[in-house]
Amino acid sequence: MNKELLRIEGLKTYFDTWAGIVKAVDGVDIEVIEGETLGLVGESGSGKSVTALSIMRIVPSPGKIIEGKIIYKEENLLEKSEKALREIRGKEIAYIFQDPSTSLNPVLTIADQLLEVILAHQEISKKEALEKAIELLKLVEIPDPDVKIWNYPHQLSGGMKQRIAIARAIASQPNLLLADEPTTNLDVTIQAQILELMQNLRKRLGMAMILITHDMGVVADIADRITVLYAGRVCESADTKTIFYKAKHPYTQALLTAVPSLALRTDKLKVIPGNIPNLIEPPSGCRFHPRCEYAIEKCTEKIPELIEIEPGHKVACFRALEINLESPLGGAKNN
Amino acid sequence: MEVQKIINKEILEVQNLVKHFPIYTRGIFLKKQVGLIHAVDDISFSIKRGETFGLVGESGCGKTTTARSILYLDQPTSGKINFEGKEIITIFSSKNKEEKQKLRRKIQYVFQNPYASLDPRMTVADIITEPLTIHTSLPKKELYQKLYELLELVGLEPYHAERYPHEFSGGQRQRICIARALAVEPKLLIADEPVASLDVSVRAQILNLLKDLQQKFNTTYLYISHDLSTVRHLCNRVAVMYMGRIVELAETQELFDSPLHPYTKALLSSIPIPDPLAKKSRIILPGEVPSPINPPIGCRFETRCIYKKDQNCIKYPPKLVHIGKGHFVACEKTKKP
Repeated sequence: MNKELLRIEGLKTYFDTWAGIVKAVDGVDIEVIEGETLGLVGESGSGKSVTALSIMRIVPSPGKIIEGKIIYKEENLLEKSEKALREIRGKEIAYIFQDPSTSLNPVLTIADQLLEVILAHQEISKKEALEKAIELLKLVEIPDPDVKIWNYPHQLSGGMKQRIAIARAIASQPNLLLADEPTTNLDVTIQAQILELMQNLRKRLGMAMILITHDMGVVADIADRITVLYAGRVCESADTKTIFYKAKHPYTQALLTAVPSLALRTDKLKVIPGNIPNLIEPPSGCRFHPRCEYAIEKCTEKIPELIEIEPGHKVACFRALEINLESPLGGAKNN
Repeated sequence: MEVQKIINKEILEVQNLVKHFPIYTRGIFLKKQVGLIHAVDDISFSIKRGETFGLVGESGCGKTTTARSILYLDQPTSGKINFEGKEIITIFSSKNKEEKQKLRRKIQYVFQNPYASLDPRMTVADIITEPLTIHTSLPKKELYQKLYELLELVGLEPYHAERYPHEFSGGQRQRICIARALAVEPKLLIADEPVASLDVSVRAQILNLLKDLQQKFNTTYLYISHDLSTVRHLCNRVAVMYMGRIVELAETQELFDSPLHPYTKALLSSIPIPDPLAKKSRIILPGEVPSPINPPIGCRFETRCIYKKDQNCIKYPPKLVHIGKGHFVACEKTKKP
């Protein structure tokens, strides 16, 4: 049941730009258990997407994976050859990009795009592959699949395009699905449809999923566990309930209180002062210290390690056990 | 009593506003109109002085077109807009430049994308003082005094004045946009998705800023957003739009506590709540928004409605009916709560 599928250790992905080295991901540790949904949460520039791209080893130039281990099914993906990796990409690990209007090829029909993936990983005839493609469209609940399969992406709406992107990702039944803000560009009613669909598919196909998002509402809804990133490092990692009710890192806490929520109405939102740090010269010590109200001198000097304070609950903060953070949702509910 | 009357007075009244965009075939000489996009179709609402009025809906429902029509950035097809008791469409379409300028000073606009709405070649000082030089004849010294006041007001530092927009983050740029809009002390501020392109932690800063500034100057806001949670935080009254029509209008608390229109219900239930233990009773709407070129003849929501529909829904557009306590709803099925 609790078998580990993916483990990332000390991953560092840097971008060497003319302005300096951007430390987009700087020592990230993540674990994914088979069949679970892991929510990867953070603001823009926190390294969520780069982490996911690093898993597939498709970090765009000038980005480079400098250090770390990405262990998938007991094999380090960073030591594999490009050829061996091709067997894994799309087949074992699949990716859904944020914007379906740019991730689908505008000059190919839906059929072409689905057949490409199916034929790349399975040795079946074209006719069988086409049947399979229609089957996939049914799976992602596209009406009239035998007609829609001959359409081009521009003939479909945003929600439909994202369904196609999902169909393409699950074409060869991957074990791990990386979904990078899959609903950010969609309207709320369509977002609800897509999230429901992804949830059902994940259960049905028994895959694990890493859901990247900045929306705390989305992860509360569908993630089993959550890892919070800030400026290229992991702040906190725990199961969903713990993150929302017993967060120990001041940033997690701040993230929760800064969101205007439908459930709670406050007169004034709590604000995190300042801006997201520059990743070329990140702050010394804990990267959150310039914006943290609990910062002490130690925080400015040393980088806090990710420590397990309870089984399954890891925090990277020196003062995690001293300070008492109150959840904006009220005291811990135990039901 | 007297004061109460002034506060409750309507500053803006929109009556039967319609905006259709024609679609043409390609070509220069043989251009032919082949259809109409029904962006805004017969909407009426009014905004009271000093309140924040929210306009909510999904993309393409006509929120922005409504706002642009108020400022005559898009010429309305038909309808009336009264601002402080004057019919402003006739003023904007007349040739009276002085009157037009006076009106534009009173209504200011904060755009969605602060990366596109600031001139990259102007310094912050130029950007913020531009409306002042257009609308007032302040001497230079006072102009700069005002500039620094505005910078302080929106939480920027005096040394920022000499910088260019590219040197700022998204949140700071939106502050510049707000300072520019407030420079001429407008009566009505239209904020079109001011926080949509900002990160969560910065979003809270801007929302608080808007709230503080309103308390200080008693400006009226028209707040446009697709994000219902920020609407709830900021607005006094909310109108929900769907395909160019208002389907429901009520006070914020009333709308969120007891939505009546099936679309509002679905919209509210689709928002993910940041609480893993919250009760989820999600209404998932079937299908997608129909094309605004050939909208359904009757109720626009008829194609996706979860209620049992009858001939009335398909044939006749429902009217926005008052059902008490300032709550309006446009649905045949929910006339009586």
